[in-house]
Amino acid sequence: MYDGGKIITGIIIFLLFATFPFYYNIGKAHVKPDPKLDTPVIKQLKEKKCVESKSYMRAYHMQLLDDWRNQALRKANRTYRNEEGKLFEISLQNTCMKCHSNKQKFCDECHKYAEVKPYCWDCHFVKEAKEGGAAR
Amino acid sequence: MKMDRREFLRIAGLAGLGLGIGTGASGWILSRGIEASEFIPSPNALTAKRWAMVVVLSKFKTEEDYKRVIDACHRFHNVPDIGNPKDEVKWIWTDTYEHVFVGQENEYLPEEFKERPFPLLCNHCTKAPCVRVCPTKATFKRKDGITMQDYHRCIGCRFCMAACPYGARSFNWRDPRPFIKETNPSYPTRTKGVVEKCTYCVELLENGEMPKCVQASKGGLIFGDLMDPNSEVRKVLSENFSMRRKAEMGTGPSVFYIIGGGEEDV
Repeated sequence: MYDGGKIITGIIIFLLFATFPFYYNIGKAHVKPDPKLDTPVIKQLKEKKCVESKSYMRAYHMQLLDDWRNQALRKANRTYRNEEGKLFEISLQNTCMKCHSNKQKFCDECHKYAEVKPYCWDCHFVKEAKEGGAAR
Repeated sequence: MKMDRREFLRIAGLAGLGLGIGTGASGWILSRGIEASEFIPSPNALTAKRWAMVVVLSKFKTEEDYKRVIDACHRFHNVPDIGNPKDEVKWIWTDTYEHVFVGQENEYLPEEFKERPFPLLCNHCTKAPCVRVCPTKATFKRKDGITMQDYHRCIGCRFCMAACPYGARSFNWRDPRPFIKETNPSYPTRTKGVVEKCTYCVELLENGEMPKCVQASKGGLIFGDLMDPNSEVRKVLSENFSMRRKAEMGTGPSVFYIIGGGEEDV
């Protein structure tokens, strides 16, 4: 091999760089998102259940919200009947946030972890914003 | 490995079958969650074939009458008061006769009409020019005649503002939130970079309530179904002479003005 030394040194340097994030984070505590469900409204619920099952909401809440918006805004369907036949008013601000009034401890917890930045809060209100803390 | 033709076809066939079953099953699993759910209109929603509004000008006597109506709308919808005309955001506002009924003015009109303000709002046109020009379908026509907009989809191009002959649309040049005095927590604000206007209070209609301006107008604004011959708007329109703004443009505005004359029995 011509210039073997240089090539191997190059490869080693490259590997050091490429794997830097891995060994840099070795041993560091891995903080899992921990969304809180302890708002006063949720505490008072007899049956602690969201509009759909927990696993469905966890995986598909964004699709559900998207459907909710399009149906309410474009098709004038402001009521959602879930799998169990229960009825909900379609409103992020008045239905979702009524229970999940702790945006920072609920929404943001996972959104920050997953580095997603939904722009819901540019327009929709969170009541906790009044008690200090950023509105968005 | 040696493979004859027969063997190859057999394996390819089985693989194809497996792939088909796999995608079908995973599609079924993914779609399963919301199969039983559905979207329905609210049970007490007010419905119409074509919503329309009649402005009975004689009921707007004092400045207070205008202010009450405008404030009711702007407070409920979190419309900011930015305080300079360039950045102004408005859903319902006033202007003078010569600007409202362009081409219909003449110098011999009663002084009263030349000076007095006229309440103005989006005309929710049958053939809305704003809907036609919107490149993203953010502004669209609902079945009940309301010209509605979806701020989620608005890209802020302002074509609709250029198209609207009534100046009913406002652009958010800046974040409106700091300019809202008292926020109504049950209604969203808008964000910088979207166009907004009157919505005939769709969300109230769908919960069985009349629009905020109509509620606050003490009879100055009458709202109802233009396609229903027994509705109050039709009754009022059949008994009084009414005008529409720039109807000659073919937009089909759905806001009617009853100006003077016979007002006492309206």
